[in-house]
Amino acid sequence: MATVAEPLPVSPRRRKARAEAMTVGNLVLAHVWVGIAAFAVACILGVWQMWARSPLEAPANTAANYFRSVTLHGVSMAFVLTTFFIMGFGYFTSEAALRRPLPGLRFAWAAFWMGLIGVLMAALSVISGNASVLYTFYPPMTATVWFYIGLVLVVVGSWIWCLIMIVAMRQWKAANPGQPVPLAMFATVANAIMWLWTTAGVAIELLFQVIPAALGLNGMVDVGLSRTLFSWTLHAIVYFWLFPSYIAFYTMFPRAAGGRLYSDTMGRLAFILFLLYSLPVGLHHLFMDPEHSNGFKFIQMFLTALVSVPTLLTIFTITASAEVAGRMRGGTGTFGWIRALPWDRPMVLATGLAFVMLFFGGGGGLINMSYGMNAMVHNTSWVTAHFHLIFGGTVVIMYFAIAYAMWPRLTGRAYPSLKPLRTQLWLWFAGMMIMTLPWHYTGLQGQWRRVAAFDYSNPMIAAWGPWVIVSLLGGIMLAVSALMFVYNLAMLHRRGASAANSGPFHFAIAVHPPERIPASLNGFGLWNILVAVLMLVAYGYPIAQFFIDPPPQAVVHRLS
Amino acid sequence: MAINEQAILKSELRWAWVVAGIVAVILGAILFAALSMHINPPSNREYADPKTLHLSAEFTESNLGTRVDGDGRIVARLIATQFEFVPSCIVLPADSDVTLRFASPDVIHGILVTGTNVNTMIVPGYVAQVHTRFTKTGDLLMPCHEYCGLGHSQMLATVKVIPRDQFRPDAQGRAACGDGR
Repeated sequence: MATVAEPLPVSPRRRKARAEAMTVGNLVLAHVWVGIAAFAVACILGVWQMWARSPLEAPANTAANYFRSVTLHGVSMAFVLTTFFIMGFGYFTSEAALRRPLPGLRFAWAAFWMGLIGVLMAALSVISGNASVLYTFYPPMTATVWFYIGLVLVVVGSWIWCLIMIVAMRQWKAANPGQPVPLAMFATVANAIMWLWTTAGVAIELLFQVIPAALGLNGMVDVGLSRTLFSWTLHAIVYFWLFPSYIAFYTMFPRAAGGRLYSDTMGRLAFILFLLYSLPVGLHHLFMDPEHSNGFKFIQMFLTALVSVPTLLTIFTITASAEVAGRMRGGTGTFGWIRALPWDRPMVLATGLAFVMLFFGGGGGLINMSYGMNAMVHNTSWVTAHFHLIFGGTVVIMYFAIAYAMWPRLTGRAYPSLKPLRTQLWLWFAGMMIMTLPWHYTGLQGQWRRVAAFDYSNPMIAAWGPWVIVSLLGGIMLAVSALMFVYNLAMLHRRGASAANSGPFHFAIAVHPPERIPASLNGFGLWNILVAVLMLVAYGYPIAQFFIDPPPQAVVHRLS
Repeated sequence: MAINEQAILKSELRWAWVVAGIVAVILGAILFAALSMHINPPSNREYADPKTLHLSAEFTESNLGTRVDGDGRIVARLIATQFEFVPSCIVLPADSDVTLRFASPDVIHGILVTGTNVNTMIVPGYVAQVHTRFTKTGDLLMPCHEYCGLGHSQMLATVKVIPRDQFRPDAQGRAACGDGR
């Protein structure tokens, strides 16, 4: 695995062993395990944070510990779990869907180690108390520079992944001229391209504003500009996390359900729409900010409404695919096909539960994006509830299902029983609902976000107490479910190799598999141009205004 | 499984129209609320230099708190700073148009007033401004709702909303929480 440097001559046998260890399978396992390790730690921290905010006495409850914990929770969930899982799943998809060796395997391992070093740098910065700035940074506060450099290494590693995905698709197209790229890979590359666009905002913020400030090279920072650059990243990053779930809906669920994908074309269209409309919408995170005019807030609100379109299309196509499967399995009548679905399979169960959480989380999201109405919920627990339902719920439950689907192929073992998997998924779903529904309520009552402790002697705050305790119970269920997930995967991994599942992985096929499709649905050239135009319209002036008429800057506040 | 490809396409297109309808209704409602009910976000591109805030005419210490300006406008001015609001309590009349103005000399803060739709970020470099009308009397909580450092959780102010007829500003047009009633 030592790809970065090979200082000593290595015996041929060890070299052979190393080459064998460098398989794509191990690459995927390494990525997913790093993601899961961060996830498990973050779940435990999350429970403690809810305990600290509740009327119950929590151990080690100081503000310093709380914000350290929140930062680690956010960074682990938002940057580590997601990035490593998505990279691992992308490598898996590339090999399984294209049936070709992965290009640049050594670069992929180099990116993995670079990302892992970055994660450790960032984690140590946070644990040592020198980076309690949460995962959204908040300049003019700055953490130790090692925190930012660590995160930059993770992002640069993910850029290498993006290039490998793009090259893999190119090579396949060159070898299969005129053939439609398999949908799973098409979607993975859509995500890779979107991620390159997405990270541009935060990369500029870090390289030109935050890191120089953390190094002491500049004492002032334009906060409006930094918030705007971060908003560029802040919404599309959510769709980066979401993509694997939608890839599973379209290319794994229909097969697991025993049927076929209703429409391959609609899948391509949905992924293209995500690429287009995830990016020029970030200003909706700044609705309550003074520095942008209502005109540009309105434009981006309008574009945000359009990003609901691919989700609504997906709900129809996947429900239709489920109906196809249900009827193929003998289900009849208007709703009889629902009962005929194989709910005992983790992928089918997870998709069903993900849709329920998407209903609540998406509905809350529509309220968040509603322009002036955002004032009702901005920076309250309502928002925390919304993104835990969408990300922690819909997205993460599909990560579980994807990992469960990949594991037998990667480890060469079959599950002795699917029951522990189903129990884990149900527990996650129940925990997420019990945790987030009270948060919605207290959010509407005005419970604000990001505080270490509430003063429950205040009668108004005291009324929230019971709801906070209910949500804590949901959180405990989530942590138990997270540990069960780790256990389920570790048990299968530990049992050692067996040849039971060494066949190739199959993605779902469509009712009418595409034979020839227009170039626009088989590549991203046109769509990249459209993204550029939309970004220019949405972000051109909102960024330019900081240079046309520079606002007063804020004094940098170094935390370390 | 024989479903005609054209039938699939037709059903997807029919659904696409439903989606277009849903999105149009949502956008229509937002547009209506914005244009006819004036429900807009609190944008305010008005600069305030964090370094010289205390020397500015408006946010100098003696000018903070509630004041009825010459033209009859009721304005409350506050500084949000690590980790308190100055002043920490403001008094405002119910059923009257009031304006809240905030500025920060240090880092990002934000406020909401519980039980109302008053909400804004306070970004250093800008004056954050919210126009509102309180309909209920009582002591409302106004916490800092954006992470601003380790003391963030203690950053809390009170908005004392009193009946309109009990709101009696002094000769300079000022009203403060401590005023005896």
